[in-house]
Parts: sequence; C-alpha cells; structure tokens
Amino acid sequence: MNVTATLFGQMITFAVLVWFIHRFLWGPLTRLLAERTKRIADGLAAAERGTQELELAGKRSAEVLREGKQQAADIIAQAEKRALQIIEEAKHAAKAEGDRMIAGAKAEIAQEVSRAKEALRSQVSALAMAGAEKILRREVDAKAHADLLKAIQTEL
Amino acid sequence: MSEAARPATDNPVEYIQHHLTNLQVGEGFWTFNLDTLVFGWLLAGLLVFISWRIGRHLSLDNPRGAQNVLEAILEFVDSQVKSTFPGHNPLIGPLALTVFLWVFLMNVMDLIPVDLLPKAAEYVGIHHLKVVPTTDPYTTLGMSLSVFALVIYYNIKVKGVAGYIKTFLFHPFGKWLMPVNFMMTAVEELAKPLSLGLRLFGNMFAGELVFLLIALLPWWILWVPGSLWAIFHILIITLQAFIFMILTIMYLTLAHQSLDEAH
Repeated sequence: MNVTATLFGQMITFAVLVWFIHRFLWGPLTRLLAERTKRIADGLAAAERGTQELELAGKRSAEVLREGKQQAADIIAQAEKRALQIIEEAKHAAKAEGDRMIAGAKAEIAQEVSRAKEALRSQVSALAMAGAEKILRREVDAKAHADLLKAIQTEL
Repeated sequence: MSEAARPATDNPVEYIQHHLTNLQVGEGFWTFNLDTLVFGWLLAGLLVFISWRIGRHLSLDNPRGAQNVLEAILEFVDSQVKSTFPGHNPLIGPLALTVFLWVFLMNVMDLIPVDLLPKAAEYVGIHHLKVVPTTDPYTTLGMSLSVFALVIYYNIKVKGVAGYIKTFLFHPFGKWLMPVNFMMTAVEELAKPLSLGLRLFGNMFAGELVFLLIALLPWWILWVPGSLWAIFHILIITLQAFIFMILTIMYLTLAHQSLDEAH
C-alpha cells in the first residue's frame, strides 16, 4: 500500500466533517441540553420552594385563624362584661334617682307638714286670742297683755 | 455477452476480485480511489446536511424526530467521553461524535446488496465500484492517522516537546536502557494508529468478503445466509464504529496525561 492522495483526501474530509459537526451540531446541541438540564433543575428547585412556602402559609393561616378566634372570644367576653357593667350602672343610677326622688318627696311632705302646722298654729293662736278676748273682754287690755299673748302664741 | 452480464458463479475468483477493486484514477502518489472518496463525501455531506438542518432549528421544549435521535446519540457519546476523559477539551466530544456517525454511515453501506450499486454503475460505464469506504484502508488509516496527529499534538501541548521525548526515553525500563525504551515506546505509539485503522478495515473488508461469497450461492438458498449475515452485520458495523470512537477517546485521554500519570 502506498501513501496516496486518497489518504489525504479522506483525512481532509474527516477534518472538515469534525469541524462542521463541532460548529453546527455539537455546539448548539450541547448548549441546548445544558439549558434544558438547568431548566429542569430550576423547575425542581422552584417546586421544592413552592412546597415549603405552601407549608409555611398553611402554618401561618392556622395561626392567624387561631389568633382571630382568640380575639373574637376576647371581644365577646369584654362586651359581656361591659354589658353587665352597663346594667349595673343603670341599676345604680335608677336606684339613686329613685332615692333622690323619694328624698325630695319626703322633704316636700315635711315642708308641707310644717307649713300646715304653721298655718294651723297661727290660726289656733288667733282662735285662742279671739276666745280669750271674748272671755276677758274687759279685763284684758290688748296692749297690756301683749307679752302674755305673744308667749302663748309661740307656745302653741 | 459482456463480462458483467455473465453469471458470477462462472468465475468466482474473478467475480470477487472485480468487486474488491477500487475505481482508481491517476498513478503513484496522485492515485485517487474515486469510489471511496465520493461515497465518503456523500455520507459526510449527508451528515453535514442533517446536522445543519437539525442544528438550525433546535427546540428546547418540544424536541421531535431527528433531534431526539441526535440528542440520544450525543448524550451517549458525551457520557463515554466524560467517563473516560478527565479534563475539558472542546474538541474531543465532537470528534468522537463525528467518528461514530461517519464510520457508522460508511459501514452501513455494507448492508446494501453487494451487486446493486456496482451493477447500476456498470450501466453508466463505470466498471469498478467499491461502495463501502471503510473497506478501503485509505479511509480507515486516514482517520486513524488524523487521530494520531491529534495525539502527538496534545502530547506536545500537555507535556512539552522535552516531556514528550522523555516518555520515549525513560519508560518503561528507566534511564539505563534508553535505546530499548525508545524502540518499545515508538512501536507502542505507532501501533496505535495502525491497529485503530486496520481493525476497522479488516472487519469491514471481511464482512464484505463474506457477503460476496454468499452472493455466489444459488439464488434459492442465498437469502438464508444472506439475511442472517446481514442481521449479524448490523451488530458488527455498530460495534466497530463504537470501538473506533472509544479508542479515539482513549488515545486522546492518554495524550492528555501529564508525565507523572503516564505509564
């Protein structure tokens, strides 16, 4: 076998073919595969992250729900307490008002009684005076016995 | 009656010799095995066309058809390269892929019925035609010598000229047996491209020869060994393409090893 141009022809063909496949097939295809690998890895990582976030969100929502329930219970308890307080206050106020009204009425009654007494007293004294005047017509000088009459008036 | 129209069984030796002769043009150094070159180019052109066509419209999300096939082959080749070759060299992957695809395609020509293309060529006035480029040692040795050139290039690039010469002088027996070392290493190195090229050539040539012998059988029995050998040959052509690729990767891996790792 001799070294011929066929040998070199095939070597050149081979070299050109290697270059071409490197340039137009291997390069783009390996880049594509690398990108796809990366994308898949990213997708898996994202899914993992999503699962974690979902778990966290679940926990947080449960917590929020619990807090909400707690708050609602607190508010209801407070409202009940406040209602009781208001009722209590109203009762107190009503009682005080009643007492006050009773006291007022009593005072008025007392006043009325004393006024009646006064009127009665002055009328009685006037009556007594008139009676005494009638009895002692002549003997009693109104001026002379004014002291006595006054004393009787105050006694009545 | 022309020579080609006679039944082959009349003169089996002539028939086989006829089939194993290249379509040659020129003399001495300027001898062109036209059939080898043209079929090599056609298949290379097919590869160029396919890779250009597929490489231009790559789909990231929705790969289909030929892209899937090429992706599978590429990943297979890439995994072979990665499992053998430790460093990073952007040339080795495409080189291995090209070796695999081109050798495979050239070997596939062996599965075309042995008489089909030569007979067709006969009608247009071409009297010799060998359609399988890998049954021509010029193809296989051309490829293996290209690989050999790369091996030398990377040896010198990684180890330096002095380092490369040292691997010849100090291995395997140490510095006191330099001439013996040199002889042994030289033989070892030269055996690489020779065995690489001749292994492929030998396998394909023998396969072709068996097809020719089967073609000499009477027509009513011919299809039994013919189909059996063809089925078996599918394995052989793939295996030979694979072996050529693996050895290419291996030799380049060895070339990339530094002095301490070598031997």
